[in-house]
Amino acid sequence: MNTTKHLVVLGAGTAGTMVVNKLRRRLPADQWTITVVNKDEVHDYQPGYLFIPFGLNTPEQVRKQTRPFIHDGIELLIGDVERVDTAANEVRLTDGRVLPYDQLVIATGTTPRPDQTEGTLGIQWHREVGEFYTYEGAVALRDRLDTFEGGRLVVHITELPIKCPVAPLEFAFLADDWLRRRGLREKTELVFVTPLDGAFTKPVASRTLGGLLAEKGIIVEPDFMVERIDQERQVLVSYDEREVAYDQLVTVPLNMGADFVAASGLGDELNYVPVDKHTFLATGHDNVFALGDANNIPTSKAGSVAHFSVEVFVDNFLEHIAGRPMPHSFDGHANCFVESGHGKALLLDFNYDTEPLTGSFPIPKVGPMTLLGESRANHLGKLAFRHIYWNALLPGRPLGLPAEMSMSGKNPA
Amino acid sequence: MTTTTIAGHELEVNEEGFLTHPEQWTEDLAPELARLIGLELTDAHWTLIRFLRQDYATEGETATLRRVSTRTDTPIKSLFALFPGKPAKKMAYVSGLPKPKGCV
Repeated sequence: MNTTKHLVVLGAGTAGTMVVNKLRRRLPADQWTITVVNKDEVHDYQPGYLFIPFGLNTPEQVRKQTRPFIHDGIELLIGDVERVDTAANEVRLTDGRVLPYDQLVIATGTTPRPDQTEGTLGIQWHREVGEFYTYEGAVALRDRLDTFEGGRLVVHITELPIKCPVAPLEFAFLADDWLRRRGLREKTELVFVTPLDGAFTKPVASRTLGGLLAEKGIIVEPDFMVERIDQERQVLVSYDEREVAYDQLVTVPLNMGADFVAASGLGDELNYVPVDKHTFLATGHDNVFALGDANNIPTSKAGSVAHFSVEVFVDNFLEHIAGRPMPHSFDGHANCFVESGHGKALLLDFNYDTEPLTGSFPIPKVGPMTLLGESRANHLGKLAFRHIYWNALLPGRPLGLPAEMSMSGKNPA
Repeated sequence: MTTTTIAGHELEVNEEGFLTHPEQWTEDLAPELARLIGLELTDAHWTLIRFLRQDYATEGETATLRRVSTRTDTPIKSLFALFPGKPAKKMAYVSGLPKPKGCV
């Protein structure tokens, strides 16, 4: 009798790669097969996109092949998912392949969808209408900025949630620094357009980051919900008919989960999988989980969350398949370095219940990082993280960072 | 946190005027809350308010603008016409719900 069980993981990004590598060490090979499906052969270090337009990372530094990051004993399939049939416990790929599963993990992330805002994909796309949330977009924007001679540089968020919600702010800060160094700052109006009523969603951080925007002379256009981009007139038009003119637009398109999630009846209105926010088990299912950006947990869509989530998930999963209750509860822990320009960065650390606070954050071997304040060490920490990502995080090596948030060293609000 | 009286009900509100206890909301409060932000409620407003209340009861969170638009089949443009300026905030306010969290 063949009793081998099948774990299928959809997506080999940050969460998917970590999960398969960690679980392969924990699941006996004669009892469980592990298959991971990815849409292509490349793995990008997505936080690096932000730096490409300013020449602070080269494209080669952020892109590697997927396969070497998937450990032995794990099957990697390249293909597109058509849909998940949860009644039959099967995944169907668009090329006709069918993958039966006993346990399924959806880790297909979130994707910028410029097609969702009228007028985005016109002739100015990746030119006057730029973006830095894809490899191609970041490279195209680098070339645009190279020829920029001043005017209105508009950084724009379409709608939340977005992947790495602080990245647009960081872009504005880095642009300010970059323009000053090129002697173009006087000739440029730098504008930050957001659907939020301030710089950020969390009040304490919003005050600090809003203060930085003001200090750098960046104009904020709040409560702006874009309806369409009029490329002929070079303006963003909002639903309440306000207009923001641009010479160079840097937009963050609407972010959505994968289309197969909707086709499988597993998604909310943005194709995110509703899950229990402490265990990632998909609502209404006992053998479907969603990790990383693909789920709807109320915290940042960010690599740090994917990382902390996976730590909690792996131990829980082993109990779950043994028929026992899941012992660990994810607290929503996120931390983000925020580049503020001039070789400095801030660090935010928060969870479901606690706002980003001031104070310091201990990082093993590197030392304390300043929370919610600018420092050179934070900037260096952010740059160093690329190496940690490729060499320790994806292979599933312990980083010594606790998944659960700690209040040690922090100043309560 | 302050206490205020609206339509004869004694209510606790936060610094922005949102009810801190959504369960204290009743339908007779809505027209008065609407008046406070310069709105007169029509059937179209009521459809949205009832959706928001029912969705909050099952989800435990205030629906985002997109969710309201998708689930009630109302174009976002119409939401701006019904609740000018800041529709997400205003709908939540009139429905006695917390301001929707822009996800972090």
